Amino acid sequence: MTVDAAGALAIDPLLDDAGTRIIVCCGSGGVGKTTTAAALGVRAAERGRKVVVLTIDPARRLAQSMGIDSLDNTPRRVKDVEGEGELHAMMLDMKRTFDEIVEAHADPERAKAILTNPFYQSLSAGFAGTQEYMAMEKLGQLRARDEWDLIVVDTPPSRSALDFLDAPKRLGSFLDGKFIKLLMAPAKMGGRAGMKFLNVGMSMMTGTLGKLLGGPFLHDVQTFVAAMDTMFGGFRTRADATYRLLQAPGTAFLVVAAPERDALREAAYFVERLAADDMPLAGLVLNRVHGSAAARLSAERALAAAESLEEAPEEGRVESTEDPEEKRAENLDERGIVDQEGGKAGGRGSSVSSPEAAQTVKNSKTVKNSKNSKDVEPDKTAGPVETPGLSESVHHAPSADDSVERLTAGLLRLHAERMQVLAREQRTRERFAALHPEVRVAEVAALPGDVHDLAGLRTIGDRLAAGGSPVGSA
Amino acid sequence: MSRLQVVSGKGGTGKTTVAAALALALATEGRRTLLVEVEGRQGIAQLFETEAFPYEERKIAVAPGGGEVYALAIDAERALLDYLQMFYKLGGAGRALKKLGAIDFATTIAPGVRDVLLTGKACEAVRRKNKQGAYAYDYVVMDAPPTGRITRFLNVNDEVAGLAKIGPIHNQAQAVMRVLKSPETAVHLVTLLEEMPVQETVDGIAELRGAELPVGKVIVNMVRPHVLDEAAVRAVTGDRRKEVAKTLTRAGVTGSAKLVTPLLEQAAEHAERVELEREQRAVLGTLGLTTYELPLIGEGMDLAGLYRLASELRELGVGE
Repeated sequence: MTVDAAGALAIDPLLDDAGTRIIVCCGSGGVGKTTTAAALGVRAAERGRKVVVLTIDPARRLAQSMGIDSLDNTPRRVKDVEGEGELHAMMLDMKRTFDEIVEAHADPERAKAILTNPFYQSLSAGFAGTQEYMAMEKLGQLRARDEWDLIVVDTPPSRSALDFLDAPKRLGSFLDGKFIKLLMAPAKMGGRAGMKFLNVGMSMMTGTLGKLLGGPFLHDVQTFVAAMDTMFGGFRTRADATYRLLQAPGTAFLVVAAPERDALREAAYFVERLAADDMPLAGLVLNRVHGSAAARLSAERALAAAESLEEAPEEGRVESTEDPEEKRAENLDERGIVDQEGGKAGGRGSSVSSPEAAQTVKNSKTVKNSKNSKDVEPDKTAGPVETPGLSESVHHAPSADDSVERLTAGLLRLHAERMQVLAREQRTRERFAALHPEVRVAEVAALPGDVHDLAGLRTIGDRLAAGGSPVGSA
Repeated sequence: MSRLQVVSGKGGTGKTTVAAALALALATEGRRTLLVEVEGRQGIAQLFETEAFPYEERKIAVAPGGGEVYALAIDAERALLDYLQMFYKLGGAGRALKKLGAIDFATTIAPGVRDVLLTGKACEAVRRKNKQGAYAYDYVVMDAPPTGRITRFLNVNDEVAGLAKIGPIHNQAQAVMRVLKSPETAVHLVTLLEEMPVQETVDGIAELRGAELPVGKVIVNMVRPHVLDEAAVRAVTGDRRKEVAKTLTRAGVTGSAKLVTPLLEQAAEHAERVELEREQRAVLGTLGLTTYELPLIGEGMDLAGLYRLASELRELGVGE
């Protein structure tokens, strides 16, 4: 059923290929990026590979799902993984990673000067770009250790999508910039013979910055920059090397998205950005895709049928004597007005569109009560509605017969809701496919609940591998 | 109601949409609101189906009753240049600083400065008055960074005030902090009735409270209707299945025998979700905060959906 020209993205061959050394999962926030990374790690390990998953900021639940209460900066072996392979998991601690670099590359005295510098402390813990730099560093470190044959990386929830790709360049341009030279000048010169270097621009700048930030702050920055001076080259070399590593054939980027407009718009941006940077894109992982094994029953027909069931007792119609074909034709006729009026509203003394807003509001306010009373009057207490007609109230005395009708009507309404979701997802997906027909897609059928354990991650892995055709959506 | 409304939430919960709906809801009866964006994503422009905003406050919507919504995508670099110009008359020098990379340094590399500039600009809009001495905006609504970063983002002024111990940045940071920690500000968290966003909301609220930042409301977004519960689904076995099949046929559905199983499966999933949602509501209930629930807009979010959410928020008491 997938409409994209490039077809389905086959996950297992990608995981099984010994040539695949790094898989990078990127995508906007809230699309299940970290869960995808963890599920890929579990699946690859259980298919025999030695895997490490580098997560950036996992939800506690997710760390627990891998049997690790708190992930830290060191890879920990995940227990209960089946088969020959191994799974290790870790969480990036950006401050710890930064500290380690300083300790590894500076003599103890200089390292101490850097680590205690207030500007450094703030930079290493706080600043928005640090996470991206350090994720790159950590990836480079893991790759250099050569202990794992596959590294699965989750990317930081950056404010702009691919900040981690920009990290080396930004660092480079900063380090090559005039500004840092100017900042370093007074510290290097020690204020002695440096006077002639202190041109107009310099004094104006330090003057301004001094005014703005306060003298002590500027002094902290200058001391920091001077102390880091010898290390900067190494930073840049390593960042550049990691950047090239990402472009190499052993790397596969997976763009993760949900079938929603915003997430897919971001995904399209990621795809374009990866292409611009010559990064190897394996495909798109589309999480939480809905399917239905009853897809041949349309939303409109399901709604019309639900309404006829809910109406029947009131009007005293004897449904069974009706010719089924005729009845169906009637329902089909109604389809035309479903969108505007929410079905057969006219004959029921309740116009739909305007009171609906009021009812929805009431529902919003009374949700707490609805939990308790929903058994009694399911329709009445239905939450805010998705589309006109989905949760109209129906009043009639409950009876044994009746409840089958109400139950069946409920099943039909649920189905209608599901079909509307399907249609919406299909539209968004088609829009993406039209924009990027070359991108292979793996669809992951939505789970009703959340992932808590390895079994849950396995299920996600199975669904990922099942790929192009979520259950019953054909 | 607090004049600075900060809207945060886990990624994917629709915080930009909620922020925009809130700005619309607050702009009734001739009031003016400013909707600010701080992450450079132009999400507001996309939502209102307009082209990307330049760095200026511009009117993007009219609310029922004659109110107006303005929007601004705050750009740290422009905010810094404005700031230098405003306080130091540094027009030309600002350009020189930019050439040297100093502006870049200050807005992207130097820790916290960027966030100070962004929150500072929002606070300036909150305090700004017109010639008549009235506030320029009745409310400022901020589409803020996500829950995981919100406390650090808002609290960064404290950090910077500690780092820059004297000078105008220090003073600016302290002035901003006074607004952010006062009742003039309310930080709302948007969530879904799912485990991870709810957990993140609970953690986020603890962090905000720890930093003495004023927590506003929990806004549960995309709430879906409850049609059937578990008991009803479980009851459908044996003869009941045949009855359901017959009833389907009676309602004009053909091939109903094959539909019963998939329809019941869908219903079971629905019931499971209802149960999970009930648990998550209970978790949110322990926070002791007012909770608003907004419906899922089934057709996908567009302008009509936005106005509908705004009217929901008004009905819930926003702006009273």
